[in-house]
Amino acid sequence: MSTKVEKDQVSGRETTGHEWDGIKELNTPLPSWWVYVFWVTVIWSIGYWVVYPSWPTANDYLKGMFGTTNRTQLHETMNNVAAERAPYMERLAALDVSEVVNDAELLNFSMAGGKAIFADNCAPCHGTGGSGNPGFPSLQDDAWLWGGSLEAINETIHVGVRWDANEDTRINDMPAFGRDELLERDQIDDVVQYVLNLTNSATDSAAARRGAVVFEENCASCHGDDAKGIQELGAPNLTDAIWLYGGDKATITETVTNSRRGVMPAWEGRLDEETIKMLTVYVHSLGGGQ
Amino acid sequence: MLLKKHHIVEKNVFVLILGIFLTIIIGGIVEIVPLFTMEQTIEKVQGVRPYSPLEQAGRNIYIREGCYNCHSQQIRPFRDEVERYGHYSLAAESMYDHPFQWGSKRTGPDLARVGGKYSNAWHVAHMVDPRAVVPESIMPGYPFLAERKLNFDDAQAHLETLKMVGVPYTDEMIEAAKADLYLQASEDAAYDDDFLARYPNAATGDFDGKPEQLTEMDALIAYLQVLGRMVDFTTYNPQMNLR
Repeated sequence: MSTKVEKDQVSGRETTGHEWDGIKELNTPLPSWWVYVFWVTVIWSIGYWVVYPSWPTANDYLKGMFGTTNRTQLHETMNNVAAERAPYMERLAALDVSEVVNDAELLNFSMAGGKAIFADNCAPCHGTGGSGNPGFPSLQDDAWLWGGSLEAINETIHVGVRWDANEDTRINDMPAFGRDELLERDQIDDVVQYVLNLTNSATDSAAARRGAVVFEENCASCHGDDAKGIQELGAPNLTDAIWLYGGDKATITETVTNSRRGVMPAWEGRLDEETIKMLTVYVHSLGGGQ
Repeated sequence: MLLKKHHIVEKNVFVLILGIFLTIIIGGIVEIVPLFTMEQTIEKVQGVRPYSPLEQAGRNIYIREGCYNCHSQQIRPFRDEVERYGHYSLAAESMYDHPFQWGSKRTGPDLARVGGKYSNAWHVAHMVDPRAVVPESIMPGYPFLAERKLNFDDAQAHLETLKMVGVPYTDEMIEAAKADLYLQASEDAAYDDDFLARYPNAATGDFDGKPEQLTEMDALIAYLQVLGRMVDFTTYNPQMNLR
Protein backbone atom coordinates (compact mmCIF):
# COMPACT_ATOMS: atom_id res chain seq x y z
CA MET A 1 0.00 0.00 0.00
CA SER A 2 1.61 3.20 -1.08
CA THR A 3 1.14 6.46 0.71
CA LYS A 4 1.92 8.61 -2.24
CA VAL A 5 -0.64 11.42 -2.45
CA GLU A 6 -1.07 12.61 -6.00
CA LYS A 7 -3.37 14.86 -7.93
CA ASP A 8 -6.09 13.14 -9.96
CA GLN A 9 -6.00 14.24 -13.56
CA VAL A 10 -9.73 14.07 -14.26
CA SER A 11 -11.27 15.68 -11.15
CA GLY A 12 -8.31 17.78 -10.11
CA ARG A 13 -8.65 16.49 -6.53
CA GLU A 14 -6.05 14.75 -4.38
CA THR A 15 -6.05 10.99 -3.81
CA THR A 16 -5.76 9.34 -0.42
CA GLY A 17 -2.41 7.90 -1.43
CA HIS A 18 -3.68 4.32 -1.20
CA GLU A 19 -3.49 2.11 -4.24
CA TRP A 20 -4.92 -1.39 -4.70
CA ASP A 21 -4.02 -3.12 -7.95
CA GLY A 22 -3.91 0.19 -9.73
CA ILE A 23 -7.16 1.47 -8.26
CA LYS A 24 -6.81 4.76 -6.41
CA GLU A 25 -9.24 6.49 -4.08
CA LEU A 26 -10.10 10.19 -4.16
CA ASN A 27 -9.76 11.96 -0.84
CA THR A 28 -13.15 13.51 -0.12
CA PRO A 29 -13.03 14.84 3.43
CA LEU A 30 -16.07 16.00 5.40
CA PRO A 31 -16.96 19.64 4.66
CA SER A 32 -15.06 21.84 7.07
CA TRP A 33 -18.25 23.58 8.29
CA TRP A 34 -19.52 20.14 9.38
CA VAL A 35 -16.32 19.41 11.28
CA TYR A 36 -16.47 22.80 13.04
CA VAL A 37 -20.10 22.26 14.10
CA PHE A 38 -19.14 18.84 15.45
CA TRP A 39 -16.37 20.27 17.62
CA VAL A 40 -18.67 23.07 18.83
CA THR A 41 -21.26 20.49 19.99
CA VAL A 42 -18.51 18.61 21.84
CA ILE A 43 -17.52 21.81 23.66
CA TRP A 44 -21.21 22.64 24.27
CA SER A 45 -21.67 19.28 26.01
CA ILE A 46 -19.18 20.36 28.68
CA GLY A 47 -21.65 23.11 29.57
CA TYR A 48 -24.28 20.43 30.09
CA TRP A 49 -22.02 18.61 32.55
CA VAL A 50 -21.91 21.79 34.61
CA VAL A 51 -25.59 22.71 34.47
CA TYR A 52 -27.31 19.30 34.58
CA PRO A 53 -26.65 16.09 36.56
CA SER A 54 -23.90 14.18 34.78
CA TRP A 55 -21.04 12.00 35.95
CA PRO A 56 -21.15 9.41 38.72
CA THR A 57 -18.67 9.93 41.54
CA ALA A 58 -17.43 7.45 44.14
CA ASN A 59 -20.51 7.63 46.35
CA ASP A 60 -22.75 10.09 44.58
CA TYR A 61 -23.04 11.93 41.28
CA LEU A 62 -22.45 15.47 39.99
CA LYS A 63 -25.77 17.20 40.64
CA GLY A 64 -25.35 20.17 38.33
CA MET A 65 -25.73 23.87 39.14
CA PHE A 66 -29.47 23.81 39.85
CA GLY A 67 -29.82 20.27 41.21
CA THR A 68 -32.37 19.50 38.50
CA THR A 69 -34.19 16.18 38.75
CA ASN A 70 -37.39 14.91 37.14
CA ARG A 71 -38.82 14.25 40.57
CA THR A 72 -38.27 17.81 41.87
CA GLN A 73 -39.70 19.18 38.64
CA LEU A 74 -42.76 16.99 39.08
CA HIS A 75 -43.22 18.14 42.68
CA GLU A 76 -43.09 21.76 41.55
CA THR A 77 -45.59 21.10 38.77
CA MET A 78 -47.98 19.29 41.09
CA ASN A 79 -47.69 22.03 43.71
CA ASN A 80 -48.67 24.59 41.08
CA VAL A 81 -51.60 22.43 39.99
CA ALA A 82 -52.71 22.02 43.59
CA ALA A 83 -52.49 25.78 44.11
CA GLU A 84 -54.68 26.39 41.06
CA ARG A 85 -57.24 23.88 42.24
CA ALA A 86 -57.05 24.86 45.89
CA PRO A 87 -60.03 27.28 45.90
CA TYR A 88 -62.28 24.47 44.62
CA MET A 89 -60.67 21.65 46.53
CA GLU A 90 -60.90 23.45 49.87
CA ARG A 91 -64.60 24.06 49.38
CA LEU A 92 -65.10 20.47 48.21
CA ALA A 93 -63.36 19.24 51.34
CA ALA A 94 -65.46 21.45 53.59
CA LEU A 95 -68.85 20.74 52.06
CA ASP A 96 -70.95 17.63 52.33
CA VAL A 97 -71.54 15.93 49.01
CA SER A 98 -75.23 16.88 49.06
CA GLU A 99 -74.26 20.54 49.41
CA VAL A 100 -71.78 20.39 46.53
CA VAL A 101 -74.57 20.02 43.97
CA ASN A 102 -76.20 23.24 45.17
CA ASP A 103 -73.09 25.27 44.44
CA ALA A 104 -73.14 26.00 40.70
CA GLU A 105 -69.41 26.62 40.45
CA LEU A 106 -68.45 23.47 42.36
CA LEU A 107 -71.00 21.44 40.43
CA ASN A 108 -69.38 22.57 37.19
CA PHE A 109 -65.91 21.76 38.51
CA SER A 110 -67.01 18.34 39.78
CA MET A 111 -68.74 17.40 36.55
CA ALA A 112 -65.66 18.22 34.47
CA GLY A 113 -63.28 16.45 36.84
CA GLY A 114 -65.65 13.56 37.55
CA LYS A 115 -65.99 12.79 33.85
CA ALA A 116 -62.23 12.35 33.41
CA ILE A 117 -61.88 10.34 36.61
CA PHE A 118 -64.80 8.12 35.64
CA ALA A 119 -63.39 7.46 32.17
CA ASP A 120 -60.12 6.18 33.58
CA ASN A 121 -61.20 4.36 36.72
CA CYS A 122 -64.83 3.33 36.33
CA ALA A 123 -65.60 3.01 32.61
CA PRO A 124 -63.68 -0.26 32.11
CA CYS A 125 -66.35 -2.05 34.18
CA HIS A 126 -69.39 0.24 34.13
CA GLY A 127 -68.95 1.20 30.48
CA THR A 128 -68.40 4.56 28.85
CA GLY A 129 -70.86 7.00 30.40
CA GLY A 130 -71.94 4.31 32.87
CA SER A 131 -73.91 2.23 30.36
CA GLY A 132 -73.08 -1.00 32.21
CA ASN A 133 -71.86 -4.43 31.16
CA PRO A 134 -73.09 -7.92 32.08
CA GLY A 135 -72.14 -8.32 35.74
CA PHE A 136 -71.30 -4.63 36.10
CA PRO A 137 -74.36 -2.48 36.74
CA SER A 138 -75.53 0.36 34.54
CA LEU A 139 -75.35 3.69 36.36
CA GLN A 140 -77.80 5.39 34.01
CA ASP A 141 -81.02 3.69 35.07
CA ASP A 142 -83.17 3.90 38.18
CA ALA A 143 -82.17 0.47 39.49
CA TRP A 144 -79.68 0.81 42.35
CA LEU A 145 -78.37 -2.17 44.26
CA TRP A 146 -77.05 -0.22 47.23
CA GLY A 147 -78.92 3.04 46.80
CA GLY A 148 -78.75 5.88 44.31
CA SER A 149 -78.71 8.90 46.58
CA LEU A 150 -75.61 11.08 46.69
CA GLU A 151 -74.75 9.72 50.14
CA ALA A 152 -75.22 6.09 49.11
CA ILE A 153 -73.13 6.50 45.94
CA ASN A 154 -70.41 8.29 47.90
CA GLU A 155 -70.34 5.44 50.43
CA THR A 156 -70.23 2.73 47.75
CA ILE A 157 -67.28 4.39 46.00
CA HIS A 158 -65.47 4.66 49.34
CA VAL A 159 -65.86 1.10 50.55
CA GLY A 160 -66.54 -0.91 47.41
CA VAL A 161 -68.65 -4.05 47.24
CA ARG A 162 -67.36 -7.34 48.68
CA TRP A 163 -63.87 -5.79 48.68
CA ASP A 164 -62.29 -7.80 51.46
CA ALA A 165 -59.43 -5.38 52.05
CA ASN A 166 -61.89 -2.73 53.23
CA GLU A 167 -63.44 -3.35 56.64
CA ASP A 168 -66.62 -1.42 55.92
CA THR A 169 -67.17 -2.81 52.46
CA ARG A 170 -70.74 -3.40 51.34
CA ILE A 171 -71.37 -7.09 51.53
CA ASN A 172 -74.13 -9.62 51.13
CA ASP A 173 -74.02 -13.24 50.21
CA MET A 174 -76.72 -14.87 48.19
CA PRO A 175 -76.68 -18.60 48.95
CA ALA A 176 -75.74 -20.94 46.12
CA PHE A 177 -79.07 -22.77 46.32
CA GLY A 178 -78.11 -25.46 43.82
CA ARG A 179 -74.42 -25.96 44.46
CA ASP A 180 -74.89 -26.12 48.22
CA GLU A 181 -77.99 -28.31 47.83
CA LEU A 182 -80.34 -25.97 49.66
CA LEU A 183 -83.00 -26.50 47.00
CA GLU A 184 -83.88 -29.44 44.79
CA ARG A 185 -83.47 -29.20 41.06
CA ASP A 186 -87.23 -28.92 40.43
CA GLN A 187 -87.64 -26.35 43.21
CA ILE A 188 -85.08 -24.19 41.43
CA ASP A 189 -86.93 -24.60 38.15
CA ASP A 190 -90.15 -23.54 39.92
CA VAL A 191 -88.68 -20.46 41.56
CA VAL A 192 -87.02 -19.43 38.30
CA GLN A 193 -90.47 -19.57 36.66
CA TYR A 194 -91.85 -17.48 39.55
CA VAL A 195 -89.11 -14.87 39.04
CA LEU A 196 -89.69 -14.87 35.29
CA ASN A 197 -93.39 -14.37 35.96
CA LEU A 198 -92.63 -11.16 37.85
CA THR A 199 -91.73 -9.60 34.52
CA ASN A 200 -94.42 -11.56 32.64
CA SER A 201 -91.98 -13.84 30.87
CA ALA A 202 -92.74 -17.18 32.55
CA THR A 203 -93.14 -20.16 30.27
CA ASP A 204 -94.80 -22.49 32.77
CA SER A 205 -97.51 -20.89 34.89
CA ALA A 206 -98.09 -23.97 37.06
CA ALA A 207 -94.41 -24.03 37.98
CA ALA A 208 -94.53 -20.29 38.66
CA ARG A 209 -97.37 -20.85 41.16
CA ARG A 210 -95.40 -23.60 42.91
CA GLY A 211 -92.35 -21.31 42.86
CA ALA A 212 -94.20 -18.67 44.88
CA VAL A 213 -93.88 -20.86 47.98
CA VAL A 214 -90.18 -21.50 47.36
CA PHE A 215 -89.63 -17.77 46.89
CA GLU A 216 -91.45 -16.85 50.09
CA GLU A 217 -89.44 -19.33 52.14
CA ASN A 218 -86.00 -18.76 50.61
CA CYS A 219 -85.79 -15.48 48.77
CA ALA A 220 -88.26 -13.02 50.27
CA SER A 221 -86.16 -12.27 53.35
CA CYS A 222 -83.67 -10.39 51.16
CA HIS A 223 -85.54 -9.58 47.96
CA GLY A 224 -88.71 -8.63 49.87
CA ASP A 225 -92.17 -10.20 49.87
CA ASP A 226 -93.03 -8.19 46.78
CA ALA A 227 -89.62 -9.08 45.18
CA LYS A 228 -88.90 -5.39 44.78
CA GLY A 229 -85.55 -5.71 46.53
CA ILE A 230 -84.12 -4.16 49.69
CA GLN A 231 -81.39 -1.60 49.14
CA GLU A 232 -80.04 -1.80 52.70
CA LEU A 233 -79.17 -5.43 51.94
CA GLY A 234 -78.06 -4.77 48.40
CA ALA A 235 -80.77 -7.15 47.18
CA PRO A 236 -81.91 -6.26 43.67
CA ASN A 237 -85.45 -5.58 42.54
CA LEU A 238 -86.59 -8.59 40.51
CA THR A 239 -89.70 -6.96 39.07
CA ASP A 240 -88.20 -4.13 37.03
CA ALA A 241 -86.89 -6.20 34.06
CA ILE A 242 -83.43 -4.73 34.63
CA TRP A 243 -80.94 -7.56 34.95
CA LEU A 244 -77.35 -7.42 36.08
CA TYR A 245 -76.38 -10.81 34.68
CA GLY A 246 -79.28 -11.47 32.32
CA GLY A 247 -83.02 -12.17 32.60
CA ASP A 248 -83.35 -15.28 30.49
CA LYS A 249 -84.22 -18.64 32.02
CA ALA A 250 -80.74 -20.12 31.75
CA THR A 251 -79.02 -17.12 33.37
CA ILE A 252 -81.48 -16.89 36.27
CA THR A 253 -81.13 -20.64 36.83
CA GLU A 254 -77.36 -20.18 36.92
CA THR A 255 -77.73 -17.31 39.41
CA VAL A 256 -79.98 -19.31 41.75
CA THR A 257 -77.81 -22.42 41.45
CA ASN A 258 -74.35 -20.92 41.97
CA SER A 259 -75.14 -17.43 43.31
CA ARG A 260 -73.26 -14.35 42.17
CA ARG A 261 -70.55 -12.45 43.93
CA GLY A 262 -69.88 -9.28 41.99
CA VAL A 263 -66.97 -7.28 43.35
CA MET A 264 -66.24 -3.58 43.19
CA PRO A 265 -62.91 -2.24 44.48
CA ALA A 266 -62.91 0.25 47.34
CA TRP A 267 -61.54 3.58 46.11
CA GLU A 268 -60.87 5.03 49.55
CA GLY A 269 -57.10 5.50 49.76
CA ARG A 270 -56.63 5.14 46.02
CA LEU A 271 -58.56 8.32 45.25
CA ASP A 272 -58.66 11.23 47.71
CA GLU A 273 -61.80 12.49 49.42
CA GLU A 274 -62.34 15.46 47.11
CA THR A 275 -61.92 13.29 44.03
CA ILE A 276 -64.50 10.80 45.33
CA LYS A 277 -66.95 13.67 45.90
CA MET A 278 -66.45 14.85 42.32
CA LEU A 279 -66.98 11.31 41.10
CA THR A 280 -70.13 10.96 43.21
CA VAL A 281 -71.63 14.10 41.73
CA TYR A 282 -70.81 12.89 38.21
CA VAL A 283 -72.23 9.39 38.72
CA HIS A 284 -75.36 10.82 40.35
CA SER A 285 -75.91 12.99 37.27
CA LEU A 286 -75.72 10.11 34.79
CA GLY A 287 -79.45 9.68 34.80
CA GLY A 288 -80.47 7.50 37.69
CA GLY A 289 -79.49 9.59 40.70
CA GLN A 290 -82.10 9.65 43.45
CA MET B 1 -1.13 15.35 13.64
CA LEU B 2 -2.30 12.22 15.39
CA LEU B 3 -5.10 11.65 12.89
CA LYS B 4 -2.53 11.26 10.14
CA LYS B 5 -0.77 8.48 12.05
CA HIS B 6 -3.63 5.97 12.05
CA HIS B 7 -1.74 3.84 9.56
CA ILE B 8 0.50 2.79 12.49
CA VAL B 9 -2.53 1.22 14.18
CA GLU B 10 -3.79 -0.24 10.95
CA LYS B 11 -0.53 -1.89 10.04
CA ASN B 12 0.57 -3.26 13.41
CA VAL B 13 -1.65 -6.02 14.76
CA PHE B 14 -0.38 -5.73 18.35
CA VAL B 15 -1.00 -2.00 18.49
CA LEU B 16 -4.46 -2.65 17.02
CA ILE B 17 -5.26 -5.26 19.69
CA LEU B 18 -4.09 -2.88 22.39
CA GLY B 19 -6.35 -0.17 20.97
CA ILE B 20 -9.36 -2.50 20.87
CA PHE B 21 -8.62 -3.59 24.42
CA LEU B 22 -8.48 -0.01 25.72
CA THR B 23 -11.72 0.89 23.94
CA ILE B 24 -13.59 -2.06 25.43
CA ILE B 25 -12.23 -1.27 28.90
CA ILE B 26 -13.52 2.29 28.73
CA GLY B 27 -16.91 1.12 27.44
CA GLY B 28 -17.07 -1.52 30.15
CA ILE B 29 -16.26 0.92 32.92
CA VAL B 30 -18.96 3.33 31.75
CA GLU B 31 -21.51 0.50 31.85
CA ILE B 32 -20.39 -1.18 35.06
CA VAL B 33 -19.44 1.66 37.41
CA PRO B 34 -22.99 3.02 37.80
CA LEU B 35 -24.00 -0.41 39.14
CA PHE B 36 -21.64 0.10 42.10
CA THR B 37 -23.98 2.89 43.26
CA MET B 38 -27.07 0.67 43.02
CA GLU B 39 -27.45 0.65 46.80
CA GLN B 40 -27.99 4.41 46.82
CA THR B 41 -30.06 4.42 43.64
CA ILE B 42 -32.80 2.14 44.93
CA GLU B 43 -35.08 3.92 47.35
CA LYS B 44 -35.41 2.57 50.89
CA VAL B 45 -39.07 1.65 51.04
CA GLN B 46 -41.28 -0.59 53.13
CA GLY B 47 -43.20 -3.48 51.67
CA VAL B 48 -41.50 -4.62 48.47
CA ARG B 49 -41.29 -8.42 48.64
CA PRO B 50 -40.47 -11.25 46.24
CA TYR B 51 -43.38 -12.51 44.15
CA SER B 52 -45.37 -15.43 45.50
CA PRO B 53 -45.14 -18.63 43.42
CA LEU B 54 -48.56 -18.00 41.85
CA GLU B 55 -47.68 -14.40 41.02
CA GLN B 56 -44.35 -15.56 39.61
CA ALA B 57 -46.20 -18.09 37.43
CA GLY B 58 -48.48 -15.28 36.25
CA ARG B 59 -45.47 -13.12 35.54
CA ASN B 60 -44.03 -15.85 33.35
CA ILE B 61 -47.31 -16.00 31.43
CA TYR B 62 -47.28 -12.21 31.11
CA ILE B 63 -43.84 -12.48 29.52
CA ARG B 64 -44.77 -15.52 27.41
CA GLU B 65 -47.77 -13.76 25.89
CA GLY B 66 -45.70 -10.65 25.21
CA CYS B 67 -47.90 -8.31 27.24
CA TYR B 68 -44.89 -5.98 27.49
CA ASN B 69 -45.15 -5.31 23.77
CA CYS B 70 -48.19 -3.13 24.40
CA HIS B 71 -48.19 -2.44 28.15
CA SER B 72 -45.50 -0.63 30.07
CA GLN B 73 -44.99 -0.99 33.82
CA GLN B 74 -43.38 2.29 34.60
CA ILE B 75 -45.15 5.49 35.59
CA ARG B 76 -42.83 8.34 34.72
CA PRO B 77 -42.58 11.42 36.95
CA PHE B 78 -44.76 13.66 34.80
CA ARG B 79 -48.05 15.31 35.70
CA ASP B 80 -50.15 13.56 33.05
CA GLU B 81 -48.88 10.16 34.15
CA VAL B 82 -49.19 10.57 37.92
CA GLU B 83 -52.66 12.10 37.60
CA ARG B 84 -53.82 9.11 35.60
CA TYR B 85 -51.91 6.15 37.03
CA GLY B 86 -50.89 7.25 40.52
CA HIS B 87 -47.51 7.73 42.19
CA TYR B 88 -44.56 7.49 39.80
CA SER B 89 -42.80 4.14 39.81
CA LEU B 90 -39.86 3.68 42.15
CA ALA B 91 -36.73 1.73 41.34
CA ALA B 92 -37.44 -0.33 44.46
CA GLU B 93 -40.71 -1.58 42.96
CA SER B 94 -38.96 -3.56 40.24
CA MET B 95 -35.85 -4.56 42.15
CA TYR B 96 -36.96 -8.21 42.29
CA ASP B 97 -38.06 -8.31 38.65
CA HIS B 98 -35.88 -10.52 36.46
CA PRO B 99 -36.21 -9.19 33.85
CA PHE B 100 -38.03 -5.94 34.63
CA GLN B 101 -41.17 -5.19 32.64
CA TRP B 102 -40.82 -1.43 32.26
CA GLY B 103 -41.52 -1.77 28.56
CA SER B 104 -41.01 0.84 25.90
CA LYS B 105 -44.39 1.16 24.24
CA ARG B 106 -47.92 1.90 25.39
CA THR B 107 -50.47 0.65 22.94
CA GLY B 108 -52.50 -0.25 26.01
CA PRO B 109 -52.37 1.59 29.33
CA ASP B 110 -49.54 1.39 31.84
CA LEU B 111 -50.04 -1.48 34.28
CA ALA B 112 -47.59 -0.52 37.04
CA ARG B 113 -50.47 0.17 39.48
CA VAL B 114 -53.28 -1.92 38.01
CA GLY B 115 -53.40 -4.09 41.16
CA GLY B 116 -56.68 -3.58 43.03
CA LYS B 117 -58.06 -1.28 40.36
CA TYR B 118 -60.50 -3.81 38.90
CA SER B 119 -62.23 -6.91 40.24
CA ASN B 120 -61.10 -10.44 39.35
CA ALA B 121 -64.34 -10.99 37.45
CA TRP B 122 -63.58 -7.96 35.30
CA HIS B 123 -60.11 -9.28 34.51
CA VAL B 124 -61.59 -12.63 33.45
CA ALA B 125 -64.26 -11.02 31.26
CA HIS B 126 -61.70 -8.65 29.79
CA MET B 127 -59.09 -11.32 29.14
CA VAL B 128 -61.59 -13.67 27.49
CA ASP B 129 -62.99 -10.94 25.23
CA PRO B 130 -61.76 -7.39 25.78
CA ARG B 131 -64.56 -5.95 23.62
CA ALA B 132 -67.18 -7.44 25.94
CA VAL B 133 -66.37 -4.83 28.58
CA VAL B 134 -64.39 -2.16 26.71
CA PRO B 135 -65.93 -1.83 23.24
CA GLU B 136 -63.19 0.46 21.92
CA SER B 137 -60.38 -1.91 23.00
CA ILE B 138 -57.98 -3.29 20.37
CA MET B 139 -56.43 -5.84 22.74
CA PRO B 140 -56.49 -9.44 21.50
CA GLY B 141 -58.54 -11.91 23.55
CA TYR B 142 -56.82 -14.58 25.62
CA PRO B 143 -59.73 -16.99 26.26
CA PHE B 144 -57.44 -20.03 26.27
CA LEU B 145 -55.84 -18.89 29.54
CA ALA B 146 -59.08 -19.79 31.32
CA GLU B 147 -58.98 -23.31 29.85
CA ARG B 148 -55.34 -24.15 30.31
CA LYS B 149 -54.30 -25.85 33.51
CA LEU B 150 -51.43 -24.02 35.17
CA ASN B 151 -48.22 -25.93 34.66
CA PHE B 152 -45.77 -24.71 37.27
CA ASP B 153 -44.57 -27.95 38.84
CA ASP B 154 -41.06 -26.53 38.95
CA ALA B 155 -42.12 -23.62 41.17
CA GLN B 156 -39.43 -24.53 43.67
CA ALA B 157 -36.69 -24.51 41.02
CA HIS B 158 -37.90 -21.13 39.74
CA LEU B 159 -37.65 -19.63 43.21
CA GLU B 160 -34.21 -21.16 43.77
CA THR B 161 -32.97 -19.74 40.50
CA LEU B 162 -34.29 -16.30 41.33
CA LYS B 163 -32.59 -16.55 44.70
CA MET B 164 -29.29 -17.13 42.89
CA VAL B 165 -29.65 -13.78 41.12
CA GLY B 166 -30.42 -11.95 44.34
CA VAL B 167 -34.15 -12.23 45.07
CA PRO B 168 -34.34 -12.82 48.83
CA TYR B 169 -36.47 -15.96 48.86
CA THR B 170 -36.08 -17.67 52.23
CA ASP B 171 -35.67 -21.42 52.66
CA GLU B 172 -39.18 -21.46 54.09
CA MET B 173 -40.57 -19.83 50.93
CA ILE B 174 -38.75 -22.29 48.69
CA GLU B 175 -39.84 -25.22 50.85
CA ALA B 176 -43.49 -24.17 50.64
CA ALA B 177 -43.42 -23.04 47.00
CA LYS B 178 -45.53 -25.84 45.58
CA ALA B 179 -48.08 -25.69 48.39
CA ASP B 180 -48.29 -21.89 48.27
CA LEU B 181 -49.01 -22.06 44.57
CA TYR B 182 -52.30 -23.86 45.21
CA LEU B 183 -52.98 -22.25 48.56
CA GLN B 184 -53.08 -18.69 47.21
CA ALA B 185 -55.90 -19.54 44.79
CA SER B 186 -58.01 -21.07 47.57
CA GLU B 187 -60.29 -19.43 50.11
CA ASP B 188 -58.02 -20.70 52.90
CA ALA B 189 -55.16 -18.37 51.99
CA ALA B 190 -56.91 -15.34 53.49
CA TYR B 191 -56.83 -17.06 56.88
CA ASP B 192 -53.36 -18.59 56.61
CA ASP B 193 -51.13 -16.36 58.73
CA ASP B 194 -47.94 -18.11 57.61
CA PHE B 195 -48.74 -17.50 53.96
CA LEU B 196 -49.70 -13.88 54.59
CA ALA B 197 -46.49 -13.35 56.55
CA ARG B 198 -44.47 -14.74 53.65
CA TYR B 199 -46.33 -12.73 51.03
CA PRO B 200 -48.07 -9.74 52.63
CA ASN B 201 -50.61 -7.91 50.48
CA ALA B 202 -51.06 -10.88 48.14
CA ALA B 203 -54.46 -11.14 46.52
CA THR B 204 -55.97 -14.47 47.52
CA GLY B 205 -58.91 -16.69 46.70
CA ASP B 206 -60.21 -18.02 43.42
CA PHE B 207 -59.40 -15.60 40.60
CA ASP B 208 -60.99 -17.04 37.48
CA GLY B 209 -64.40 -18.15 38.72
CA LYS B 210 -63.42 -21.83 38.54
CA PRO B 211 -62.47 -22.76 42.10
CA GLU B 212 -62.06 -26.42 41.20
CA GLN B 213 -59.16 -25.83 38.81
CA LEU B 214 -55.92 -23.83 38.90
CA THR B 215 -55.62 -22.25 35.46
CA GLU B 216 -53.18 -19.90 33.80
CA MET B 217 -55.88 -17.23 34.20
CA ASP B 218 -55.65 -17.63 38.00
CA ALA B 219 -51.90 -17.03 37.89
CA LEU B 220 -52.02 -14.05 35.56
CA ILE B 221 -54.73 -12.28 37.56
CA ALA B 222 -52.91 -12.97 40.84
CA TYR B 223 -49.89 -11.24 39.30
CA LEU B 224 -51.89 -8.29 37.92
CA GLN B 225 -53.64 -7.78 41.26
CA VAL B 226 -50.37 -7.26 43.14
CA LEU B 227 -48.82 -4.80 40.67
CA GLY B 228 -48.06 -1.50 42.36
CA ARG B 229 -49.56 -2.53 45.70
CA MET B 230 -46.43 -3.53 47.58
CA VAL B 231 -44.94 -0.19 48.59
CA ASP B 232 -46.47 1.38 51.66
CA PHE B 233 -46.66 4.99 50.52
CA THR B 234 -47.81 6.16 53.93
CA THR B 235 -44.26 5.56 55.19
CA TYR B 236 -42.56 6.79 52.04
CA ASN B 237 -40.84 10.16 52.13
CA PRO B 238 -40.47 11.55 48.60
CA GLN B 239 -38.16 14.34 49.81
CA MET B 240 -35.60 11.70 50.81
CA ASN B 241 -35.61 10.23 47.34
CA LEU B 242 -35.33 13.18 44.99
CA ARG B 243 -33.05 11.99 42.31
